[in-house]
Amino acid sequence: MHNTRSRTRWSEWLQQMVFVGPGLLIFLLIVAVPFFMGFYYTFTEWNGLDLNNAKWTGMTNLKRIFTDDGRFWTAFGFTAKFTVAAVVITNVLALALGMLLTRNLKGRSVLRVIFFLPNVIGGLLLGYIWYFIYTRGFAAIGEATGWHLFNLPWLGTPATGFWGIVGVFVWQTSGYMMIIYIAAIIGVPKDLSEAARIDGASAWQTFRSITFPLIMPAITICLFLTTSNAFRVFDLNLSLTGGGPGYSSESIALNIYREALTNSRYGLGTAKAMIFFFAVALITVTQVWVTKKREVEA
Amino acid sequence: METKPRYSPLLLGLELLCFLLGLAFLMPFYFLIINSFKKLGAILLNAASLPDSWGFGNFKRAWVAIDFPVVFMHSFVITSLSVGCLVVAASMTAYRLVRKPTTFNKLLFTIFVAAMIIPFQSVMLPLMRITSLFELRGHVYGIVICYIGFGISLSVFLFHGFIKSVPLEIEEAAVVDGCTPYGLYWRVVFPLLKPISVTVIILNVLWIWNDYLLPVLVINDAFTTIPLAVQKFFGQYLRKWDLAMASLTLSTLPVIVFFLFLQKHIIEGITAGSVKG
Repeated sequence: MHNTRSRTRWSEWLQQMVFVGPGLLIFLLIVAVPFFMGFYYTFTEWNGLDLNNAKWTGMTNLKRIFTDDGRFWTAFGFTAKFTVAAVVITNVLALALGMLLTRNLKGRSVLRVIFFLPNVIGGLLLGYIWYFIYTRGFAAIGEATGWHLFNLPWLGTPATGFWGIVGVFVWQTSGYMMIIYIAAIIGVPKDLSEAARIDGASAWQTFRSITFPLIMPAITICLFLTTSNAFRVFDLNLSLTGGGPGYSSESIALNIYREALTNSRYGLGTAKAMIFFFAVALITVTQVWVTKKREVEA
Repeated sequence: METKPRYSPLLLGLELLCFLLGLAFLMPFYFLIINSFKKLGAILLNAASLPDSWGFGNFKRAWVAIDFPVVFMHSFVITSLSVGCLVVAASMTAYRLVRKPTTFNKLLFTIFVAAMIIPFQSVMLPLMRITSLFELRGHVYGIVICYIGFGISLSVFLFHGFIKSVPLEIEEAAVVDGCTPYGLYWRVVFPLLKPISVTVIILNVLWIWNDYLLPVLVINDAFTTIPLAVQKFFGQYLRKWDLAMASLTLSTLPVIVFFLFLQKHIIEGITAGSVKG
């Protein structure tokens, strides 16, 4: 009796090890441990050339970031502004496309594929493709049409750099969000919107009072995905503007990367990365909390 | 009284609007492709015009310049190994977490979910220490381990949501027939997970294939992937647009082919992944 019980226990333990062990071990090694090490390195002087030696310096890094690092806060401001612009435009466009492509259009399946297509290509490659279009392609269009918009010095000024990156982000991401919105819109019970139409509601009223509240879960997801992606933007800045002109379009992620890998200041970079983590966590958790509250059942 | 919605003028207008938008979305691909065929002088003269002839000279030179077959193989090996390991490790973990919801396992699931909001940059620098300590840097197995670590949260989460809806009766029947817990998982449960496995595979393939930063940090010159090769190429020959466009076309082609072949699964997979999310 005693023997069977200990054998079962051993077998349970072994199963836990076999099923959960490998994944958990790697997760701890690659994500959890480095994440917590980051809290320690935040308070050290840690040089990229000698990774095994970090010197405890207390609040020095944080003090420096908060009092003497304008460039980091420029990056922070850029990233915040970028996130707002990118999230709003992406979601408005994606929702509009979702509404359009759930109607009885003949070309809707082809169009869904077209709008989604940019999403499968990596940010770095897209950035280079668009770098060419902004610098050479737009000039050619401008010459042919004479439209002022295309004759601007794209990526050459802080404003065109900003909107240039926003544009590529929107182009890349809205197809993905559109797919999520389409699934949600199809899930809205037909009888509800038909009843509203029979009662004389306009298309806009039906959308506002029926469709919109019922697709709130999809809006939560899409806002979450776009916010966290936009706030972490890196590849596009690197390949489109390199953070320039000057460092006016440097994102936080790029700033951290350069602090560590160009300036070899790993300690300072880690301190920034921790501030970055708290900012990301705060923004995404608040956003999910706010939109979740507005979700309703049909 | 039920009538089919007629194809009204309004619908025709919307259709046209959508097609115009679709053309605008495809515009970058137009520029990419036509300029891959042009000589540098023609590109500089007018980037929007069609090429005079459709020769493959640029592609031949780009093929050599970025060492395309080699970097393609590198990307392929890293992506397929990482995704294969991820699917097995994450489905096993999720299976156990669902079927044995002990306090420890519930906590573990919460940790996996919470870890999804940690940005890569917040882990990246201490990870450099870990990867050099455990000699993961410069090796294929090293970067595969890193991808398993970063990918496992989302993958466990997706499998977890799916396994909850798999009826227990099937597994109970298999146990009665004398299946061991491991055989039960591998021969009975894992095949049932196929729909969500497809989603997990697609999401991870698109991420890992296109990833730039992790390979730069962990593997770099030892095993250059496509994004690294393109980045390096642009560092050297920024203004050689003829070569640059051809190498960008070559580099984007594999993933576009992957997408066009699997587009139905990809679009369904993303829907499934996001609804679970």
